[in-house]
Amino acid sequence: MIRENARILRKERLERFLEDLLQDHLVLAPRRKGELLLLDRIESPRDVVLEDGKTKNSAKYALFPQRERIFAYRAEEGKVELHVSPPAEEKQILFGVRPCDARGLLLLDTVFGGDCGDPYYVDKRARTLVVSMACVNPGPSCFCLSLGGGPCSTDGSDLVLLDLGDCYVVEAASVKGRAFLQDRSFEDAGAEALARAGKIRKEAESSMNPAAIGEALEKRLEQPVDDLLWGDLAESCLGCGVCTYLCPTCHCFDICDEAAAATGERIRIWDSCQFPLFTQEASGFNPRPSGKERFRQRIMHKFSYLPRGRNMAGCVGCGRCVAECPVNLDVREVLEKLSQAEAQ
Amino acid sequence: MSRLTREIREAARTLLRDKQAQVVIGFEEGSLPLRSRPCFIRKAEDVDRLVWNSFSEINLARYLTKRKEKVALVTKGCDSRALVELIKENQVSRDQVIVIGVPCEGMIDRARVEAEVGHKTIVEVKETENRLALKGRAFEKVLDRREFLYERCKTCDHRNPVLYDMLVGQLLEEKGQDAFSDVEAFNALDREKRWAYLTEEAGKCIRCYACRNACPLCYCPECFVDTSQPQWVGKSTGLSDTLVFHLVRAFHLAGRCVACGACEQACPMGVDIRKLNRKLLKDVKALFNYEAGVSLEEANPLATFSADDPEQFMVNP
Repeated sequence: MIRENARILRKERLERFLEDLLQDHLVLAPRRKGELLLLDRIESPRDVVLEDGKTKNSAKYALFPQRERIFAYRAEEGKVELHVSPPAEEKQILFGVRPCDARGLLLLDTVFGGDCGDPYYVDKRARTLVVSMACVNPGPSCFCLSLGGGPCSTDGSDLVLLDLGDCYVVEAASVKGRAFLQDRSFEDAGAEALARAGKIRKEAESSMNPAAIGEALEKRLEQPVDDLLWGDLAESCLGCGVCTYLCPTCHCFDICDEAAAATGERIRIWDSCQFPLFTQEASGFNPRPSGKERFRQRIMHKFSYLPRGRNMAGCVGCGRCVAECPVNLDVREVLEKLSQAEAQ
Repeated sequence: MSRLTREIREAARTLLRDKQAQVVIGFEEGSLPLRSRPCFIRKAEDVDRLVWNSFSEINLARYLTKRKEKVALVTKGCDSRALVELIKENQVSRDQVIVIGVPCEGMIDRARVEAEVGHKTIVEVKETENRLALKGRAFEKVLDRREFLYERCKTCDHRNPVLYDMLVGQLLEEKGQDAFSDVEAFNALDREKRWAYLTEEAGKCIRCYACRNACPLCYCPECFVDTSQPQWVGKSTGLSDTLVFHLVRAFHLAGRCVACGACEQACPMGVDIRKLNRKLLKDVKALFNYEAGVSLEEANPLATFSADDPEQFMVNP
């Protein structure tokens, strides 16, 4: 249901609203760079592209960047000098991300937040407001509904906008979001607008195809799966990192030094379980020696280990891995085949 | 069903039924509009999964190395050229592969189609002859497929497979020789502009290695970027490391790259460094009169030595 406290933002006011946000926020929004639609910093409301679906990169890019400096160092005459950058203070807004991406942040929160929070992530997260754009037209690769989300889900968002044609219905999904809704750009939503929003939401949901994800799959994955089946499932896989790097929830990383003679930086970079080096041991032994084992790890981590350990799948059904895989290896079909596979 | 699809299925059925091949590697319908994908058929009753259409783009020769089975490979012009190189480089034995040759009229660049409909969601695509009928939630559009081909397919001068054991369809007339006009134009730019192109393209890269992994000729057991002792190149998306990856990969492919474009298709970020590969193609052709993947007999000039090798590119100390 669309919440009754939802409000309205007229489309002619959007530009002004964004301009106001740009005054004291770093705003990241979908924008075109050549052919690519990327979530990236905008300088003006005119940069924003809201109608073209999800961005190539996911929202994790804003909170868990692919390359992040931890500290810089300089070695001089037996002394090592460290330089740690002070945390930025600017507030940031992720504007127009899709509900799947916002939901993905909830999983990242359990990994990088919590009791022993990762300071780089936690700091950015606290300064971030998530304003999602609900999906009126989910694409053929989308399957958020099968993962407990939905094209209009508010999970992980502070505010969610739903396009009614001439205006947006705006729902607040957090205390931060509710405070924002008091801004004078918004008007009260009438019953008619709420009813229209409810209808659009229903239509969006019913246009999506269900995928075989749920308790049955989770139960099935608790039992061993025939090794030959993993081989068949992974046969066309190229072993590249597209699925993991574009995924809004994949969060594996590596720490390394980028050094010159006397200076350098310690950085954190994304890593991928699909790469052989990910599990290569110092002895040369690799416990996941081929694509089959690495493919199995990705599926099991997302659909068995995380649901069991964190009560949350490592997938929000954004469909990037489906659409961007160079060989269109569709995870939905993989899960379907696994659900149907006989127990050993 | 197109004639090519029907003939590919017939060929596959015969080969599997008569146990001439253990697996047929071809294309099947993808799970999304504008996509086909590799498939591996081992039973004669499954051959009806095979299709041939304007999205049969990935270079299937990529699946041959390290394979032990006897393979029948659905092979378009560029796949056959990669196969020739793999045979010459002793990665695949000629006897191991039955080549089902498919003359290819070019593959569609789906990014162009998506741009043509203003990035609206396409839910259904039907291809008949040269018509591509698209359907979205609130629109329909018919395109002429010939206008949406990949650049390289437009200039391709090896549309027919260069070797085959069986042929489906009919051989096509080859277009004229590639004039490399894009490389000429790029060469004419000043140094800053060429550098700007390279840095801009490398700047989009996310180091997912889809290009390398889709490449039929990138088969090194350990890629230089994955070596950790010693580590030759940094792993981050810092510009210098990313550029080193792309430049060294291009050099590793000099005289071997068959310009199939698998790297470009696989890239999710639209990194286009084909000008580098094409510059090397052009140089190898001009200096050694050699074109990769065309003949099984002709040795790769960069892997052989002859006293009359040209050396005008040598730098005198």
